[in-house]
Amino acid sequence: MTTQPREAQTAPRPSALARLGSLGPLLGLLALMVVATLLNHDFLTISNLSNVLTRAAFIGIIAVGATFVIISGGIDLSVGSMAALIAGSMILVMNALGPSLGSVAIIAIGMLCALAIGAAAGLLHGTVITRGRIEPFIVTLGTLGIFRSVLTYLSQGGSISLNNDLSDAYSPVFYGQLLGIPIPILVFAAVALLGGLILNRTRYGRYVQATGSNEQVARYAAVNVAQVKVVTYVIQGLCVALATLLYVPRLGSASPSTGLLWELEAIAAVIIGGTALKGGAGRIWGTVVGAILLVTIENVLNLTSIISVYLNAAVQGVVIIIVAFMQRGKRT
Amino acid sequence: MKQLKSLALLSAALLASAALAQTKQVMGVSIPSADHGWTAGIVYWANQTKAELEKMYPGLTVIVKTAKDANEQANQIQDLSAVNKINSLVILPQESAPLTRPVGNLQKKGVFTVVVDRALTDPTAQSAYVAGDNPGLGKVSAEYVGKTLGGKGNIVVLRGIATVIDNQRVDGFEGVLKSKYPDIKILDKQYANWNRDDGFKVMQDYLTRFPKIDAVWAQDDDIAVGVLKAIQQAGRSDIKFVLGGAGMKEMVKKVQDGDPLITADVTYPPTMIRDAMRLTAKSMMTKATMPKSTIIPSVLITKSNAAQYYYPNSPF
Repeated sequence: MTTQPREAQTAPRPSALARLGSLGPLLGLLALMVVATLLNHDFLTISNLSNVLTRAAFIGIIAVGATFVIISGGIDLSVGSMAALIAGSMILVMNALGPSLGSVAIIAIGMLCALAIGAAAGLLHGTVITRGRIEPFIVTLGTLGIFRSVLTYLSQGGSISLNNDLSDAYSPVFYGQLLGIPIPILVFAAVALLGGLILNRTRYGRYVQATGSNEQVARYAAVNVAQVKVVTYVIQGLCVALATLLYVPRLGSASPSTGLLWELEAIAAVIIGGTALKGGAGRIWGTVVGAILLVTIENVLNLTSIISVYLNAAVQGVVIIIVAFMQRGKRT
Repeated sequence: MKQLKSLALLSAALLASAALAQTKQVMGVSIPSADHGWTAGIVYWANQTKAELEKMYPGLTVIVKTAKDANEQANQIQDLSAVNKINSLVILPQESAPLTRPVGNLQKKGVFTVVVDRALTDPTAQSAYVAGDNPGLGKVSAEYVGKTLGGKGNIVVLRGIATVIDNQRVDGFEGVLKSKYPDIKILDKQYANWNRDDGFKVMQDYLTRFPKIDAVWAQDDDIAVGVLKAIQQAGRSDIKFVLGGAGMKEMVKKVQDGDPLITADVTYPPTMIRDAMRLTAKSMMTKATMPKSTIIPSVLITKSNAAQYYYPNSPF
């Protein structure tokens, strides 16, 4: 009896600490921005910041999907290969459609194709993982190889390029602006907002967190665990497809090196953002900050030449570990 | 009667030479799988040359194998030796060090080993060596940049992946600039990993950082694709030209069509696999000696000679 009030008293303390710790990624990003500005005054120019955010959009959108998968206790290693395959297939479909259709219709069909392939790939992952009872790590490791080699086959190892006219018609999707803000940034913001809403304000979002924190308990609570998981992979697939819709108009081509190692960047963004790799808890805004942080490190390294270029990856690693260290308070 | 006799003689001679050609020879070709544009070109040319050589030399069988990494390649060449009983091996190693011993072992068994592009760490393991000229690519590029800029200006460099090849190219480039065009300043050099996405990113950051850039040496055509897009997006007009390298067909086409930014290209041709296979086949089938080392020079492609280097059917 005597211990109970003491426990109640001490309880808020770690939570306050945890709250401070949870700001880790944001503090890390701010610190990095200060350093960047000191090193190069061009860092804070609007054009550079918009470059950084536009680049973060690709990984960020994919990472929003990855947040769902990881919170539910899964993992998807195939996202980079999937992006490459979607980009390649989408370009092939658009090139194959006759010019009589008109470029807007062709682009619309291409986009629908991309979303359909992404959703189908997610459905495949989810189904094999839940019905086939195979570890998500194994399933997506398998498809990582499958997707990329199919793309390599389709492209004969070279690159698949969008027809010139279509490329011109499609390029505003990446290079265009709305109210002065590049479209990829707007899409990124919309995906993040929607992801946050689904995760925190819907029943499905709670089921995802429940499944990840304890699958058995969730099952006893009448949560359809298999369905919840399948849907997380479909969300991931759709996010990859969305990112690809923005990627294709940038260079108008896909090659076997497209999306290489994106899976690691996406997972890193999710983890830096404070989502537990073992599942159960996480947050979308953290993932967004994580993605921006990763791209910012690269940008800063390109803007300065103080450190040998051989050590770029080492600097990235150090920053990632420091940010993870800043939020270690959460662990207890 | 005399005519008949000579006809018989002639046919006998023909038969004999046919029998000579019948001495069956098997050539194994082990190359990296098509994982980027240049290796795709290697795969394409290897298969083209297989068809060409088998037609040319009736007794010759050519087996082309692709591998995704050094380990798979080492397994493959073992199989080529044990199962296919190859007499000669043309190999473009994924990596030099791990393949040195397997190739050396094959050579000890009497297989004629020809190494392409990436030399082995122990040169005695290779019977002959055929390669592109990496320092040469850098030198030819530097000559073009220096001359076109009139010996004066600021340039940026986008490198490949941190490897010996990349270092040789960049060293060759900088060597020429230092000795012949000292007034050309390299503002910065960063890795763009021989890929378009990184070319785009690194160039965007260069454009943010440097208000005036006269020219770009992208070192590779894939990187140059990204560089062009970044320049276009930023709407910059200070850059006079972008020089890539390797001879990708899209870039050669741009040179041919007179693109304002892509005024030239420097070859590092995937056709070197064809040259290596031809030389090997010739030496096997006609007992001609093959030179110990064949270096295929890097050539400057300009509008006047671009047509010679444009292969529309190749994937690269």
